[in-house]
Amino acid sequence: MTVLLALVTAALFGCGSWLLMQRRLSRIIVGVGLLGHGANMLLITSGRSGRAPIIDGGGDYADPLPQALALTAIVITFGVTAFLLALGFRSWQLTRDDRVEDDVEDRIIARPRPEHADETVTDDPEDTFGPDDEDDDANAATEATT
Amino acid sequence: MSTLVPLPVIIPLMAAAISVLLGRYRYVQRAISIVSLTAVFGVSIALLVRVDDHGIIVHRAGGWPAPLGITLAVDRLAALMLVVSSFVLLAVVIYAVGQAGEERRRVGFHPLYLVLATGVSASFVTADLFNLFVAFEMMLAASYVLITLGGRADQVRSGMTYVVISLVASTLFITVLALLYASTGTINIADLAVRLQDVDPGVRSAFAIALLVVFGIKAGLFPLFFWLPDSYPTAPGPVTAIFAGLLTKVGVYAIMRTQTLMFGTPGWMGTTLLVVAVLTMVVGVLGAIAQDDMKRILAFHIISQIGYMIFGLGLFTVAGVAGAVFYIVHHIIVKTALFLVAGLVSRRAGSSRLSEVGGLVRSAPVIAVLFAVPALSLAGLPPFSGFLAKFSLVDAGIAAESWVVVAASLVVGLCTLYSMTKIWSGVFWGEADEQPAREPRTDRRWGAPVLMIIPTAALALGSIGVSVFAGPLYGVAERAAADLLDEQVYVDAVLGDDDLDEARP
Repeated sequence: MTVLLALVTAALFGCGSWLLMQRRLSRIIVGVGLLGHGANMLLITSGRSGRAPIIDGGGDYADPLPQALALTAIVITFGVTAFLLALGFRSWQLTRDDRVEDDVEDRIIARPRPEHADETVTDDPEDTFGPDDEDDDANAATEATT
Repeated sequence: MSTLVPLPVIIPLMAAAISVLLGRYRYVQRAISIVSLTAVFGVSIALLVRVDDHGIIVHRAGGWPAPLGITLAVDRLAALMLVVSSFVLLAVVIYAVGQAGEERRRVGFHPLYLVLATGVSASFVTADLFNLFVAFEMMLAASYVLITLGGRADQVRSGMTYVVISLVASTLFITVLALLYASTGTINIADLAVRLQDVDPGVRSAFAIALLVVFGIKAGLFPLFFWLPDSYPTAPGPVTAIFAGLLTKVGVYAIMRTQTLMFGTPGWMGTTLLVVAVLTMVVGVLGAIAQDDMKRILAFHIISQIGYMIFGLGLFTVAGVAGAVFYIVHHIIVKTALFLVAGLVSRRAGSSRLSEVGGLVRSAPVIAVLFAVPALSLAGLPPFSGFLAKFSLVDAGIAAESWVVVAASLVVGLCTLYSMTKIWSGVFWGEADEQPAREPRTDRRWGAPVLMIIPTAALALGSIGVSVFAGPLYGVAERAAADLLDEQVYVDAVLGDDDLDEARP
């Protein structure tokens, strides 16, 4: 049973971490959810396993504390995930795109200054950051917002 | 006396609940926020006076003995942090009332702000790692909503980064908690301090590093700071100020608490912290020099200043940790003041970008003075509080013969002065090169509504107060540091089974 739980935890952490690396917010949210489940699972397995207390009677209870902690953690994860979904929806409403964009200010600073523009080839941000096909739409959205 | 301990948590939480119910009446909401935060400030001062005289105060919720029940403990460090944080929270809420911004448009501002205050207080007084997690979540959940309160595109964009990063840190925190519980069977900090001594040194080091990463993300340590300068400046002015002043420092507090009490301060940890401190200082200040927006310059300076606090902690001497505690007190007040001034500039001139603002020293001299005091303090010029804070750290560093870190901190101090003069010459001298994004507002005599000026001035005076009363304050910091480095004091107070409120002086 413990091995099974360990495998499930590992799978959840693995899938969650992979999804977290994606650029689409919807995938990130699913990834955060999976990571949260993995952590809660780990929290449950951290205590001693055993029979249900009071109903079964006798000794060898399961440790109730990690279960209480996991319950609290689940509630918190639930609330925050709901907020993240709302945020993702708002982002989609505003930009019709759920990609996580780069920092706008960093791009402004990294772009060549206007007075030196004739010396440099272009001040198109896509050139300063190198070609990155995944990034193109995000760039367009960034330009639109500035 | 121990009944005072839960009050900094209970008062704002109850006030938040009442504030939600009375959401229709804006003036009642304001009164509730100001009254409850004033009460917390009063209670915190009472706690500090009491703790400094009589030692750690422990409150056992429901009367359950320490490792089993929920325990709250206030030592000198926690009491000092409570006083400073409640002072800053109070000042910023008055500023928010004065500003015609999100506070007027959204019913949720006051309840969320009070929940944030609850989370901050709870993370200072808890003696239990899981409750620390819950306190962090309270604080963060409120901060997620506050940072995206306007719902504008840039706020949502930077809010997403902030929420996802914080969630990853929280998940990591739960993971570490699970592993700690599996190996020791407890999550009470004092109990952990005892039981971790029997754990294999390798496993203990892994826990120490994992907790450093968890809190390092919240505190903005190198290389985990990248989310901070991106997300803070887009929030509404008062919210940015309170985030910049308080939230990262709660992370630093948690690092101090866990690394000193739980892991018996091994030598390699000190070296690791010092290396991280130097990198945080240098990278933060270099980032600040590159920026062109007042708020973003200040946001990068948060990172570089966090490095100073970690520098003091990494020495693991009484003088070093005392310097770090003193630095936190100075930094919370000064940083909040600077962000409030950035809000004033942005309101008065229509932008906080250096190229779009100019000549404010003539048109708004009050704002210029309010900027000069905390800015000189941040740069560490005598006789301001920053000089004393940096002096105590450098002194401790020389005593511990950590020459590289001392040299780095002095160079970073110069760079800080450079970027403060950059803001000064960009915003207060010269002319604006470009048209500001919004229309400048010149309707007020002092450059801003009086309710915005007063809290900013109070914080600037507070920073001067820190340097005037530096002697007694440093004394408290020194005793707090001595308590932190001798974990037995904390363990005895929390785990002691005597029914007295104060375990020992």
